[in-house]
Amino acid sequence: MYLQETLRQMYAMGVGSLLIVVVISFFMGAVITLQTAYQLVSPLVPVYVVASIVRESTILELSVSVLSLVLAGKIGSSLATELGTMRISEQIDALEIMGVNSRSFLVMPKLIAALITIPGLVIISCNVALFSGFLVASTTGVMSQDQFLFGLREDFVPFNVAFCMIKAVTFSFIIATVACYHGYYAEGGAYEIGTASTKAVVYCCIIILIFDYILAQLLL
Amino acid sequence: MIELIDIRKKFGGQEVLKGISAQFQPGQTSLIIGTSGSGKTVTLKCMVGLIEVDSGAVMYDGKNFSAMSIEERIEIRKDIGMLFQGGALFDSMSIEENVMFPLNMFSKMTKAEKQKRVDECLDRVNLAGKNKLYPSEISGGMKKRVGIARAIVMKPKYLFCDEPNSGLDPKTSLIIDKLIREITVDLNMTTVVNTHDMNSVMEIGDHIIFLWQGLKNWEGNNQEVLHSGNKELDEFIFASEFLKKVKANYNKIID
Ligand SMILES: Nc1ncnc2c1ncn2[C@@H]1O[C@H](COP(=O)(O)OP(=O)(O)O)[C@@H](O)[C@H]1O
Ligand SMILES: [Mg+2]
Repeated sequence: MYLQETLRQMYAMGVGSLLIVVVISFFMGAVITLQTAYQLVSPLVPVYVVASIVRESTILELSVSVLSLVLAGKIGSSLATELGTMRISEQIDALEIMGVNSRSFLVMPKLIAALITIPGLVIISCNVALFSGFLVASTTGVMSQDQFLFGLREDFVPFNVAFCMIKAVTFSFIIATVACYHGYYAEGGAYEIGTASTKAVVYCCIIILIFDYILAQLLL
Repeated sequence: MIELIDIRKKFGGQEVLKGISAQFQPGQTSLIIGTSGSGKTVTLKCMVGLIEVDSGAVMYDGKNFSAMSIEERIEIRKDIGMLFQGGALFDSMSIEENVMFPLNMFSKMTKAEKQKRVDECLDRVNLAGKNKLYPSEISGGMKKRVGIARAIVMKPKYLFCDEPNSGLDPKTSLIIDKLIREITVDLNMTTVVNTHDMNSVMEIGDHIIFLWQGLKNWEGNNQEVLHSGNKELDEFIFASEFLKKVKANYNKIID
């Protein structure tokens, strides 16, 4: 039962968010490449550095923190709405009456699904963003394909990828727990489900940003 | 048998249940009636532990449910089936999966045995063949019938129904009421039903408790309920001018 429910949640989160993740990442990668190139017009700095900077901004911030804020809106609100609806329509009471521990039955699969799916989406986002940077840089004549690929590898710090994953897992945990909390303890009617979902997103975003700062402070 | 011993419940300063005592026997449909807001749902939720009583006790066959640990309560709850006001079906599951859910969680049956049991229950509530539909695809009356099928799939000893016919047309209500009565007798369950529907009262009220202002104001059965001589109960039953006239004539006929 738990496994089946976890898989269902993973499917909903992953497939449900894939399109928005790809679209957002594509434009983030393109924009950050153009803007970095625009700001770095100096004969002293080799042009491939643009690619290195794009790589760092993507892995360290854009494809994790910014993406997590987007996913807080997408996944967080849907988790809160799902649990809020179950609470208001007495489905949670029905579980309790059957003798099922509703908290672990409902929250655990969502948490595990988020911990697996969201870092996966982050990895996809990194790849899409860097690929779109590569496309934009080479097609608009900012630099050649070879220069971009060279810059991408130059001064590469593997720990930054680990840092990215640590952030991704932390933010997944925040999104799942905060959203589930607000949904599970919703009270009232249909209007309150909306309120719970909005609150879930707002709290997720704030807590993500706070942890973004704390992790940067601790680990970088 | 379920016994309530002087149960009380306050929400903030509002005293909803002011000490209710009652007994519910197996094989009988017991009704808790009263106006909206009189505390019927609170009473039912106190009985199953979804709301904790402030004082008093709920006894299941002599065992004090109110004083039990969570593990002990789970054991009792395996003998409890409950039908919620809106059905409370799991939206993400088909009808069949909904009814099979308790079996999947708690029984050691084989897949074939579970399927057989689910089909029996769906047949029992006249929903044979609707296995694959989803809650969003069926009517309110059908949802309640699925709710009943899910409630009885584990062969419970106790069945609770919160307003089983609110929001249903009179004919569908009657079907649901008769179904509840039938399975109560067949499975010898202790059944407690909340209702403010007078048709149900007359149709299936083996045992009736009338709640008024947080107290048990009257207790009896459907033979007695129309001429109880109880002022509050009469006001509840004969709410409209039309029904008051009906009652006046009824008394004349009886006399
Ligand atoms: N969880 C709760 N918190 C505060 N008040 C409640 C709660 N549940 C019920 N009440 C109050 O208790 C009273 C009885 O409610 P209820 O049992 O739902 O009535 P009904 O007889 O219509 O089912 C109402 O006045 C309601 O406002
Ligand atoms: Mg009620």
